[in-house]
Amino acid sequence: MTARFAATELNLSNYRTERRYRLMLFSMTAMLVLPVLIILGILVLKGAPMISWEFLFEFPRRGMTEGGIYPALLGTIFIVVVDLIFAMPIGVAAAIYLSEYAPDNWLTRTINLAIINLAGVPSIVHALFGVGAFVIFFGFGTSILAAALTVAIMTLPLVIVATRESLQAVPQAFREACWSMGASRWQTIFAVVLPNAISGILTGLILEVSRTAGETAPIMFTGAAFFLPFLPESVFEQTMALSLHLYVVSTQVPEVPEALPYGVALVLIGIVLIMNAISIVFRSYLRGKKKW
Amino acid sequence: MSENTLAPSQLDQRDASWYVDKLVQILMFVGGISAIIFIIGIFVFITKEGLGFLFEGFSFTEFFGSINWRPTSANPTYGALALIVGTASVTGVAMLVAIPFSLGAAVYISEFATGRTKETLKVLVELLAAIPSVVWGFIGMSIMNELIIEVFDVPIGLNVLNAGIILGLMAAPIMTTIAEDALKAVPDRYREAAEAMGATRWQIIRQVIMPAAKNGLVSAVLLGVGRGFGETMAVLMASGHAINIPTSPFDSVRALTATIAAELGETAQGSEHYGALFALGILLFIITFIINLAADLVVRGIRKK
Repeated sequence: MTARFAATELNLSNYRTERRYRLMLFSMTAMLVLPVLIILGILVLKGAPMISWEFLFEFPRRGMTEGGIYPALLGTIFIVVVDLIFAMPIGVAAAIYLSEYAPDNWLTRTINLAIINLAGVPSIVHALFGVGAFVIFFGFGTSILAAALTVAIMTLPLVIVATRESLQAVPQAFREACWSMGASRWQTIFAVVLPNAISGILTGLILEVSRTAGETAPIMFTGAAFFLPFLPESVFEQTMALSLHLYVVSTQVPEVPEALPYGVALVLIGIVLIMNAISIVFRSYLRGKKKW
Repeated sequence: MSENTLAPSQLDQRDASWYVDKLVQILMFVGGISAIIFIIGIFVFITKEGLGFLFEGFSFTEFFGSINWRPTSANPTYGALALIVGTASVTGVAMLVAIPFSLGAAVYISEFATGRTKETLKVLVELLAAIPSVVWGFIGMSIMNELIIEVFDVPIGLNVLNAGIILGLMAAPIMTTIAEDALKAVPDRYREAAEAMGATRWQIIRQVIMPAAKNGLVSAVLLGVGRGFGETMAVLMASGHAINIPTSPFDSVRALTATIAAELGETAQGSEHYGALFALGILLFIITFIINLAADLVVRGIRKK
C-alpha cells in the first residue's frame, strides 16, 4: 500500500516549477551583481599599481599626464565640507518638521512630492540651476561655495529621508512620557527624540559625503576647474575635484598613460564605497544595540 | 472680586521656553518647505536663463522636428530631435537590461533569499547603487568599449548598446531596492493565507504577491526610466556623442543631458546657444517632473485601495 500522504503528480510538478523559477530568479540576481563585481575587480587590478604616496600627495605634472591627484583630492574634501554645512541643518530641520510637526494635509503631501522631484531632477539640470542662481544671480561666481550649494540642494532628499526614517522609528511612547512631564515640544525633540535617532542622522551624513564626492555634472560649471596649479584659498575660488578630474584625464587630455585614469577611478570609488560600507556596518551595529 | 482670582496678566504663563518652542517650530517649518522652494527655484532660474532663447531663436517645429543641432555654425540651427531620440534609445536599451533583471532580483531577494544571503545581497545592491556616474562612464569608455569591439567586431564601441548597458547596470540597483520595498509591503497574512490553501512559493508570488505589489513595481520601473533620462556623465562618456538618428544598437548617439554637459562650458552667458542649452534643461525638467509625478500617483493608488 502506498503511503496515504505521498505527494501527488500535481504536487511534484508544482514543486518542479517552483525550483525552476527559483533557479531562474537566482541566476538573474547573480547576473545583476557579478558583472559589476568583475568590473570592479578589473578597476582594482589596473588601478592598484598607480596608488602610491606620491600619487595621492603630489600635484599633476606635464599637462596632467604625470604626477598625482593631491589638489583634486583636497578639492573634493573642500566641496564635501561646505556641502555638509548647508545640507545637514536644512535636511535635518526638514526631517524634524515632517516627522514631528507636519499634519497630514496638502502642504505635507506637496513637500513630499517636492522631495521626490528634487531627487529625480537630472543632475545636469541642477547644474543649470546652480549656474543661473548661485554663479550669476547671487554673484558667487564659479566657486567652491556655488558648487557646494548646488550639490547640497541636489542631495538634500538623501539627508531628509534618512533622518526622517530614524525619527519615525523612535517610539511614540517616548514622546508621550516626556510631554506628560511638562516638557515643551522642542524640549522633547531635543532631549528625547534626537538622541535616540542620532544613528540614523549620522548614517545620512555618511551617505551624503559619499554622494557628494561622486557627483560630477553639478559641479562642472559651478566651481570645479579642469586644472589649477595652486590650491584654493577661500570658498569663493575654484577648485579641482576628483570626480571631474577622472572625466578630464579620461576624455580631455591627450596621451595620458593608460593606468592613470584607472588610478583616479580607483581612489574615487574607494572613497565612495568605503563611506557606504561604514554606514552599513554602523547601521547594523546600532540596530543590534537598540533597546526597544 | 475674590482674592483667589488671577488677574488676566497672571494667566499668561508663556515663559522663555514657550517662545523658544515657537521659534523652533517656525525654523523647522522653513526647513520643511525648503524642498518646495528649491523645486520652484530650479524652474524659475532655468526658465529665466532660457527665456531669451524661447522668445527669439526658438521655433517649435525646428526644435522638435529637425535633427540639425548646429549651434556654432554661421547660421545656427537648434533641432533637438536627434538628441531626444538619442536619449530615448539609450534609455530604451537600458530598460531592456534593467527591468527583467532588477524585478527578478527583487523577487528573489524578497521572497526566496533568507538570513545571511538576503542581507549580503541587499548590501551588495546598495553598494552597486553608490558607484558614481563618472566611474560608470569611465567603465563604459574603457572596459565596455573594448568588450563590444571584440565581441561584435564593430569599429567603435561607444554607442547605444554601450551606453544602454551601462545605464541599465546603473538603474538596476535602484529599481531593485524600490521593487523589493514594494514586495515587502505586501502583508504577510496574504502569504500565509495562500500557503494554508496549499499553494507553492512560486504560485504565491505569481498569483498573490505580484498582483498586490503591482503599483509599487510599476513605480519602480517609472523611477528607473526617469533616472535613465536624466543620467549625464555616463551617457556623455559611453554613447559616442555623435548627432545621429540610430538605426542599429551599434550607432553612436548624443543625449539631451550630454549635450548640455559638453557645450555649456564653451558658450558665452546670455548668448543664443547658452539659452538653447537652458531650453534643453527646461525640456528635461518637465519630462522628469512628469515621470516622477506619475510614479508618485501610481504608488498613491495602492494606499487608496
